[in-house]
Amino acid sequence: MVSPLALVLFFFLVLPIILIVVVSFWRATEFSIIPAFEWDNYEFLFGSPVTYKVFANTFKYAFITWVFTLFTGFTVAYYLAFHIRSLTWQVALFLLCTIPFWTSNIIRMISWIPFLGRNGIANSALISWGIIDEPVEWLLFSDFAVILAFVHLYTLFMVVPIFNTMMRIDKSLIEAARDAGANGVQILWNVIIPLSKPGIMIGTIFVVTLVMGDFITVRFMSGSQSANVGRLISNDIALLQYPSASATAIVLLFTVLITIGIMLRFVDIRKEL
Amino acid sequence: MEPRSRSFYALTAFFGVFILFLYGPTITIGILSFQGEGGGLTFPMRGVSFYWFFDLFEQQAVGDIWGSFRRSIVLGLMVMVTTVVVSVMGGLAFRSKFPGSGVLFYLVITALVIPSILISLGVGLLFSQSGLNVHWSTSGFGAQLTWTLPFGLLIMFAVFNRFDKSFEEAARDLGATSWQTLRHVVLPIIAPSLIGVALFGFTLSYDEFARTLLTSGSYNTLPLEVYGMTTNVTSPVLYALGTLTTLFSLLIIGAFLGTAVLVNRRRARKGSDAGKAI
Repeated sequence: MVSPLALVLFFFLVLPIILIVVVSFWRATEFSIIPAFEWDNYEFLFGSPVTYKVFANTFKYAFITWVFTLFTGFTVAYYLAFHIRSLTWQVALFLLCTIPFWTSNIIRMISWIPFLGRNGIANSALISWGIIDEPVEWLLFSDFAVILAFVHLYTLFMVVPIFNTMMRIDKSLIEAARDAGANGVQILWNVIIPLSKPGIMIGTIFVVTLVMGDFITVRFMSGSQSANVGRLISNDIALLQYPSASATAIVLLFTVLITIGIMLRFVDIRKEL
Repeated sequence: MEPRSRSFYALTAFFGVFILFLYGPTITIGILSFQGEGGGLTFPMRGVSFYWFFDLFEQQAVGDIWGSFRRSIVLGLMVMVTTVVVSVMGGLAFRSKFPGSGVLFYLVITALVIPSILISLGVGLLFSQSGLNVHWSTSGFGAQLTWTLPFGLLIMFAVFNRFDKSFEEAARDLGATSWQTLRHVVLPIIAPSLIGVALFGFTLSYDEFARTLLTSGSYNTLPLEVYGMTTNVTSPVLYALGTLTTLFSLLIIGAFLGTAVLVNRRRARKGSDAGKAI
């Protein structure tokens, strides 16, 4: 029963990773890659100050995006789970939140152009309200735009798992807390947030890994002005420098896996579905 | 019912802003794709026209939009069917422990969280090093499965966690073989969730970009084509294409959700009559 799954994962996940590890030790000329066993790619990677800057930038994006998606995602999930009273409405509004997930990310990125451009909606609005005198340049093609796009694309990944855990919180616990004299904030802080932790962790894993592995949002929304690790890899690939791309990819993979490993210590995913 | 608290209204406002944030940009390019002939990438609208949609149908200099659309649909259907079949089989298998189930589970999670560019790079290298040509229907297909299968499986896990095993036991007690139990008891019960798995399979494939980038070969899928356009097309024709693909996605989502509702309704109406005669 399980063999098709195992086969797909073996050929398209395990083998490719092994191959990336192998190629990361190869040597590259301008036109081809040559089998070898040398640490040059890694030495170059760890010896270059650019690497550290780019990795720091990647963590920066991941952290800021995490803060915003967590706040927004938690608030939306909390609203749906505890303030909407009929199940039909809950399902309808939940679907409304998830539909964008099934549409194209690239189109959703493009759709920020008319908002953030030099003559875009945001600038015209700010000018007509008299807040600024001339168009702000940093709206599109900046770190601001990158993070805005990340939050826009990935908040859903927070809403869904947090909503899922919240729906399974026994409502009588909240009544018990209220009977014991807890006010709204205390209930939220001492009952709901601790019980929502598994959902928060799953959402966090999604958002952090998606942002850390991204290369396209950063390229598109920063107008090629900012870099993260994904872009470092895709630039190497564009130059056919597969060995050095592989070495960077392996370091990225380890970074992501270690980050997740730390988070998984707090939650058992299989129990939470 | 107790009256709504003040925080309810604050949260409703927050939710409204969130929905506006989610859909606003897409609606904006929807409006702007009807930009008049002389109009640009942002407001003001210079008249209202279908100019850019017609442009999309005529202009073939930039690439092969309709070919890529066709390929994306075929690939989406391939991925959808495979995802449903493999996820159901995997979900059934994972109900009991088997040798290597732990490892396989962690592989599924790895497939989900691994940066997409590694799949793209690795599968691309695998094909080039073994002398095969990358093609959307082989390497692209496999690379996309590493993204859709984990979602399908996680849905199946959720379904089987809530599955009442006494139905199966009852079937077995009545003398059903394991195939009959599966065919006549388990599959009908889980059928509505399969619609969900199919929805994930098709739409995630149809919109997939990062894992297809280096694995689709010389024939682009639609997201790759759109991405190519962003670098060299600076007219509302981009919005027209975006609007059409989004509408197509919404149509697909609507069809799947509609089917799910119908199946559930039919089930409620034609449900079991067990115990009614007593």
